[in-house]
Amino acid sequence: MATVSFQQATRVYPGGDKPAVDKLELEIGDGEFMVLVGPSGCGKSTSLRMLAGLEEVNEGKIFIGDRDVTDLPPKDRDIAMVFQNYALYPHMTVADNMGFALKMAGIPKAERDTRVMEAAKLLGLEEFLARKPKALSGGQRQRVAMGRAIVRQPQVFLMDEPLSNLDAKLRVSTRTQISALVTRLGVTTVYVTHDQIEAMTMGDRVAVMKDGLLQQVDSPLALYDHPANLFVAGFIGSPAMNLIEGKIVEGGVRVGDFVMPVAREILAKAAGEDSLVLGVRPENLVVAEQGLAIDVDLVEELGADGYVYGTMAGLDTAEKLKAQQIVARISTRTPPQRGTSVKLNVADPKLMHVFSKATQQRLND
Amino acid sequence: MPRFLSSRPDSRLIPLPWELPLSQWPEDHLVALPRGISRHVVRFIKVGNAVYAAKEVLEHLALHEYRLLTELHRAGTPSVEPLAVITGRLGSEDQPLDPVLVTRHLEFSLPYRSLFAQGVRSETVGRLLDALVLLLARLHLVGFLWGDVSLSNVLFRRDAGEFAAYLVDAETGEMHPRLTDGQREHDLAIATTNLFGEFCDLEAGKLLDDSLDPQRLVDSILARYRELWAELTGAEEFSDTEMFRIEKRVRRLNALGFDVAELAIDTSPDGSRLRIQPKVVDAGHHSRRLLRLTGLDVEENQARRLLNDLDTFRARSNQASVDEAVVAHRWVTESFAPVVAAVPDDLRGKREGAQIFHEVLDYRWYASQREQREVPLLEATAGYIRDVLTTLPDEAIAPEAVHLDGRQLANPYDPSAGFVDDSDEPMPVDPWEDIEESEPEPGPAYLDIDALRARSKPSPQ
Repeated sequence: MATVSFQQATRVYPGGDKPAVDKLELEIGDGEFMVLVGPSGCGKSTSLRMLAGLEEVNEGKIFIGDRDVTDLPPKDRDIAMVFQNYALYPHMTVADNMGFALKMAGIPKAERDTRVMEAAKLLGLEEFLARKPKALSGGQRQRVAMGRAIVRQPQVFLMDEPLSNLDAKLRVSTRTQISALVTRLGVTTVYVTHDQIEAMTMGDRVAVMKDGLLQQVDSPLALYDHPANLFVAGFIGSPAMNLIEGKIVEGGVRVGDFVMPVAREILAKAAGEDSLVLGVRPENLVVAEQGLAIDVDLVEELGADGYVYGTMAGLDTAEKLKAQQIVARISTRTPPQRGTSVKLNVADPKLMHVFSKATQQRLND
Repeated sequence: MPRFLSSRPDSRLIPLPWELPLSQWPEDHLVALPRGISRHVVRFIKVGNAVYAAKEVLEHLALHEYRLLTELHRAGTPSVEPLAVITGRLGSEDQPLDPVLVTRHLEFSLPYRSLFAQGVRSETVGRLLDALVLLLARLHLVGFLWGDVSLSNVLFRRDAGEFAAYLVDAETGEMHPRLTDGQREHDLAIATTNLFGEFCDLEAGKLLDDSLDPQRLVDSILARYRELWAELTGAEEFSDTEMFRIEKRVRRLNALGFDVAELAIDTSPDGSRLRIQPKVVDAGHHSRRLLRLTGLDVEENQARRLLNDLDTFRARSNQASVDEAVVAHRWVTESFAPVVAAVPDDLRGKREGAQIFHEVLDYRWYASQREQREVPLLEATAGYIRDVLTTLPDEAIAPEAVHLDGRQLANPYDPSAGFVDDSDEPMPVDPWEDIEESEPEPGPAYLDIDALRARSKPSPQ
């Protein structure tokens, strides 16, 4: 087990005009489950492949523990890419299917058996070790594939969108299993996904990337509660945070005909700007006497809660189509009706996020 | 209604029963052909006289593989030909079904398992590995990172005395402008692990000759690959007195079956040292030449053999001064075509034309040695058909599928379903599966922030 450290690591593709990964600075703790997340082309997969040795590091360094691995070939890095090999061999037992790579590595039989047994216990596969793999279910095959990586006892597990090839149901159960396993094993893991829900539910910490740049790295809740910039605010959370632009006025920001109060010291940070972007999570909006007037377009009830989708009131049909959608999670027994108008306000001013439109950065604490 | 995505539409695909999961297709649409074990449902389907392979996979995978195979095919890299992706399938109760990727079945192709089931000599294993390594190098030359190099993901065709390997599974592949050394090493690491597993599996199934050791076999893959890659791409330095080495390098590459499209030659400032490095090489040196001369489209080593015979034909018939294309035309009509035409219809499924011609040439050589006279080509052909061809198994549609690895399959269309004589003891209880079963279907894609907060309560922020 080991730490992983990206130090100003940069990858420029031949012919590329800007880096695919730009001066990535990221410290991953021993035993930590780090998720790299972002939209396609953000550099998350390239970062993982730099760590794996598949992509050259043009500038900067990468360390695994105290070893500089920047220029080492993949096989000398003591890492395991999980799920890259799914094939199950029909003549071999499940135990041999899990342990054959150890044989190739010249590890003695007694040691191989011990490691396979340990992995099988972790994976709930002890009863299957002596069987041939033919009748295994999809989930069991996944676990054998996981077992192949576990028995190698690498310093770091690397997983590149491991769930993208599974159907929806297997995806959810495998997600839970991977989280539980990695926690029990305590092996440092770097996991790449484009799915922020996957990232938020699995990672100890999540690194959000965009255009080759690390935007923010933090615990899932810190990302959710304190997004550092507009991109992270919009990317993390689903339904997404409402991001509403307004003009700076005395005492706050005017949106439509309502002034959302913003503290003077926050407004002071935006000296020279005339607009700000306010961010409010759907669950932090409440129906109030005073607030943003919203025309309700759709109400979606999910058990005790409901999501209200609407647009700013007073727009004509053409404007409505282009207008930004506002989403609120309303936990009332009598949700507003479709076609009516409601006023929404922030439940607690502390729950409002304020961003500079010019720098995109967060202005409040 | 299913939707067909195809650059070469085949209308005969449209009336097939797409509303049924592939595993439930009626047998009159299916063909039992030998193939490897797949994690997806795969069936060979009959469409008119053609046989296609159909694979049920998630939509993004099906489209990804279709596009990659199309690209590989366009680059002339040996791979199966993609035909269509069928999306938007609905079952009989309107439940959505996974899309199907359809590829053309490669005629006269042999999965490694059916080769090993017949018993394989160690030289043959070496030839199979050579073919696989050549395929891998060719894929790497065009920037293809395979990601799942294995014998299961390859089909072999006979190629004179050698084999030609074709890529059949591009699911994990990626196309890059150029591969880094790390990417190639990664593919090699996967190749050695997968092949080691496959050889161990053959060993466990008692299909690997005792003289063959999985470890030594995979070590030889690395050595073969590195040697070939160095020859195809490596730089060479020598003094200006050794100019012949340029020609020599080109000839070596030709002998390996490659044409040099671009060779970089750098000279030292004083002109006393030279450095050469092939920049672009194209496989198919012999097959391209044969195609140009005769219109015959055959594998590389078959082409080499046929071209040798063409040269002999030219020398013997005193046509050294006649235009090569004219001689080639005569050779086709007087030598090649009569041999192929002599094969009775019912034996044509055993070997394809160029391979038969190659084997007839071999037969004639041995017959001539034995009888101490020059056996005429057509006489040799008759002898070959009588003594050899009739005894060979049908390889166009090989029956081994039903008896894969010497055992009878439970389902001739699906080797993943195991063998008839497999014991049917009940599966052990798997607590994890029970948990999975009781889990609700995944709901709408919302982030459950309350659950996340509850989970991280013990360590308040």
